[in-house]
Amino acid sequence: MLYFIEQSLNGVQLGMLLFLLAAGLTLVFGIMDLVNLAHGSLYMLGAYFAATFAVLTGSFVAAVALALIGSLIVGMVLEVVAIRRLYERSHLDQVLGTFGLLLFFNEAVRLIWGPAGMTLALPAAMLTAVQIIPGVFYPVYRLVIILAALAVAALLYFVVMRTRLGMLIRAGASNREMVGALGINIKLLYTLVFGLGAALAGFAGVMQAPILTVQIGMGENILILAFVVIIIGGIGSIRGAFVAAVFVGLVETVGRAFLPDMLHRILSTNAAATLGPALSSMSIYMVMAAVLVFRPEGLFPAASR
Amino acid sequence: MIKTTFVAAAALALVAGPAMAQQKTVKIGFVSTFSGPTAVIGNDMRNSFELGLDHVGRKLGGLPVEVIYEDDTQKPDVGVQKTKKLIESDHVDFVVGYIWSNVLLASLKPLVDSKTMTVVTNAGSSKFAGELCSPYVFSTSWQNDQTPEAMGMYMNQKGIKKAFLIGPNYAAGKDMLAGVKLTYKGAVVGEEYTRWPDQLDFSAELSKARAANPDAIFVFYPGGAGVQFITQYVQAGLKGKIPLYQVFTIDELSLPRLKDLAVGIPGAQEWVNDLPNAANKKFVADYIAKYKKRPSFYGAQTYDAVGLINSAITAVKGDLTKKDAMRKEMEKADFASVRGHFTYGNNHIPIQNFYLQDAVKEGDDYVLKTVATIVKDDQDRFHDKCPMK
Amino acid sequence: MSASLEQDTIGAGSDARWMASALVTIAVVAVLGLVPLYTTLTGNAFLLTLFTRVLILAIGAVSLNLIMGYGGMVSFGHAAYLGIGGYAVGILAKEGVGSGYIQWPVAVAASALYALVVGALSLRTRGVYFIMITLAFAQMIYYVAIGLDRYGGDDGLTIYQRSTFGGVVDLNNKTVFYYLCFAVLLAGIYLVSRIVNSRFGLVIQGARANERRMRAIGFPTFRYKLVCFVIAGALCGLAGALLANHTNFISPAMMHWTRSGDLIVMVVLGGLGTLFGPLIGALVFLLLEEGLSRLTEYPDLFLGPILLLVAIYAHGGIEGLLRGGRRG
Repeated sequence: MLYFIEQSLNGVQLGMLLFLLAAGLTLVFGIMDLVNLAHGSLYMLGAYFAATFAVLTGSFVAAVALALIGSLIVGMVLEVVAIRRLYERSHLDQVLGTFGLLLFFNEAVRLIWGPAGMTLALPAAMLTAVQIIPGVFYPVYRLVIILAALAVAALLYFVVMRTRLGMLIRAGASNREMVGALGINIKLLYTLVFGLGAALAGFAGVMQAPILTVQIGMGENILILAFVVIIIGGIGSIRGAFVAAVFVGLVETVGRAFLPDMLHRILSTNAAATLGPALSSMSIYMVMAAVLVFRPEGLFPAASR
Repeated sequence: MIKTTFVAAAALALVAGPAMAQQKTVKIGFVSTFSGPTAVIGNDMRNSFELGLDHVGRKLGGLPVEVIYEDDTQKPDVGVQKTKKLIESDHVDFVVGYIWSNVLLASLKPLVDSKTMTVVTNAGSSKFAGELCSPYVFSTSWQNDQTPEAMGMYMNQKGIKKAFLIGPNYAAGKDMLAGVKLTYKGAVVGEEYTRWPDQLDFSAELSKARAANPDAIFVFYPGGAGVQFITQYVQAGLKGKIPLYQVFTIDELSLPRLKDLAVGIPGAQEWVNDLPNAANKKFVADYIAKYKKRPSFYGAQTYDAVGLINSAITAVKGDLTKKDAMRKEMEKADFASVRGHFTYGNNHIPIQNFYLQDAVKEGDDYVLKTVATIVKDDQDRFHDKCPMK
Repeated sequence: MSASLEQDTIGAGSDARWMASALVTIAVVAVLGLVPLYTTLTGNAFLLTLFTRVLILAIGAVSLNLIMGYGGMVSFGHAAYLGIGGYAVGILAKEGVGSGYIQWPVAVAASALYALVVGALSLRTRGVYFIMITLAFAQMIYYVAIGLDRYGGDDGLTIYQRSTFGGVVDLNNKTVFYYLCFAVLLAGIYLVSRIVNSRFGLVIQGARANERRMRAIGFPTFRYKLVCFVIAGALCGLAGALLANHTNFISPAMMHWTRSGDLIVMVVLGGLGTLFGPLIGALVFLLLEEGLSRLTEYPDLFLGPILLLVAIYAHGGIEGLLRGGRRG
């Protein structure tokens, strides 16, 4: 039972990381109707910024803050230079254009930082595990990730539901002409929203940097998972992204933890050893396919579309 | 407009290839990974190869050298295409390189069919050592299972009774875990294969390992994944509680990123940068002087390829058509290897020592040190399957 | 919703433009037909290898264009068919079945079957959901291939003997193999042109423009689209069988999701919904890739922005540029 709790926590933690990445993606997706394959590149840039600033400033907290600002700026510049020209294009053109951006960013990072990858070292206090309930040890930093993501979720909810900016965002998503007619600078609004999405991606990259990796292409595989999350959750729905992220995190981790053992009971050792990892790799995609077959617009379709 | 220019330039580059003036040179094709995160390995190999050529005056057996570097982008299908290009378009005399087992296996058929002299400087799949061995193909590295077998022996010496094994779910990963199980005599209380190459989070596996309460964890994660695994192992508070034994997870490329996290974690390797022979001292010192960092075992193995090829061309006095005479010479391994003297088995895989290494901090520097010799003159267990005598 | 994918009509652009486009197409086909002659004369066999690859991937692009360009079904998992076709050949070869008369029909049938299942499930969704669900299925197949221990898993499998056709054609002869691929490509393009201009094809294109209307008129669009999806899958499966024979090797990397992205790039680059666009796109993309990697150590630094520019400015790809620049 304690072991199950520990594994579930692992799943929730992965889900929180996915949420950070998926939130920015679904925001941009829902409001600007933009498929952004380069979202993973912003995630990568956030991590590289943090690792670089950590070396320059010597402070973990300063590095995180500077990386967030850096991602925000890169996002807004990117929006003005390239992304805004893609809003009116088909999804196909968006896939093509942002695929090009993804290639470009990978190569640019290799040119600037070299191919070796970097490390973001944690303060010593976080390099350990604590006993959260008797018998369950959990890495401190992973608890930090869970709390930070919950805080971001709360903040996002507050911004979108309770502020003027959030009101404009919601209005812009459902009827952009109307918002424009009211004298709101819709271009600026979009630049801000894309910057916010970029900052969220960058934050996800920063948070995972100490446990996962800072290297070229780090955003690509997890981007696919983030897409799975927003598809299951329903495009444009932050609430959906949150629920789906936790769900995907749990399926992925718990599947990995328990599926091979369950298979061992019914199959020969060899067959189970082969089938286990393959099945747990596929489980998320099977879940997504199942969701889409029964609910073609995801679990929480955004009301406006 | 830009587009047309590029296409024209590309077409030009394609057609211009064979028009070069022919002087008697040794043409060497070099296949490795020069893009993406693992380019760091390819660069280390290229650096070492260039240094090796510098050390022989950029002449092999008296002939000037031309090296053509090709990027396999870590993809087997790209690797085979680049290999074919080197054989069919550049008509190279030697092909050198190959980090990845799967890229090598894909490229092996055109190499063998065209009887191109080949020196593999890292990839060590069991098939390649066994049924797919070939007269003109040599390795300067090892067969995958050898290193973990050495690690298993060391775990026996340390009196490990219960071990938990973790590795990636692909052929080299399975080779490694199979290798350690062959020599390790204690109980295996758990065996986890993770998704490769995109699983980055090992929390579920580490929780499992903790729950199984073993005496030791054995692990294999090459490249960036190794950095992630070690980092997460330390963060989970397992370092100092359950000792880690690794192969190919901590090397000179990952150590500068891992720093303190890696200190004290033992590994097995056929080459360590402090091996006390003259060739190695020269290699390591000159490498550090030229590139301002330490070479890795990938580099050391590639540096050896220069010596091996040089011995072959010298033996035939520059007559590159005498492939069988070159092969006979290479089978003697008669050159100063940076790992010390070794011999070749019938399958052209080195029979060599494996050392215990430890990561230590020296001043502000983190280095790998040789602690002991685990096994002497070890031969891979697949040589029986190789039809060559 | 964004601008709809526009259908290519002969009326777009002036007659002179159309002539230019036709001339370029004829020139490309003629040059491709002469490649073996050139490589024989110069002794540069690699060029033949490279162009064979262009032809095979062009077949994949032609098949993707059928569903994406004409049918509006943006599949982000098309590389899965290359893999299935390739694995059908590889697995049969490993199990001792070397005859192409068995291997190739199995490759086509397996791809068609997979397309039937995927299509039946995913054609219920649209837009981005469709893009992503096709990607998800392709990822599943990718992991299945990694799990195939007996057939090399992640390391892939070498095919020691190309498919045999009882002495009728010898695939080991590079020139013969090249012309076989060329013939399959031209046949594929012909097949697409027949489909597109048939009643069936008109329904598919009508459904892309306005599916609700087509259904209201009484066409069971789901079934039409599914059949179209299966035909495209089968054709791409054949390309996979050719690819496996070409490289003498199969591995999960054949169906990595970026490979699906490459196929999309080829189609859009060449010209969505044009008959010869995918061929031109495949040719330009692969030559660009090969040439750039020889000119610079950072090829994607240039390739990426080129793709972005194509996405932003070149409506209708290269074919579109030839025929009259911006549309839509």
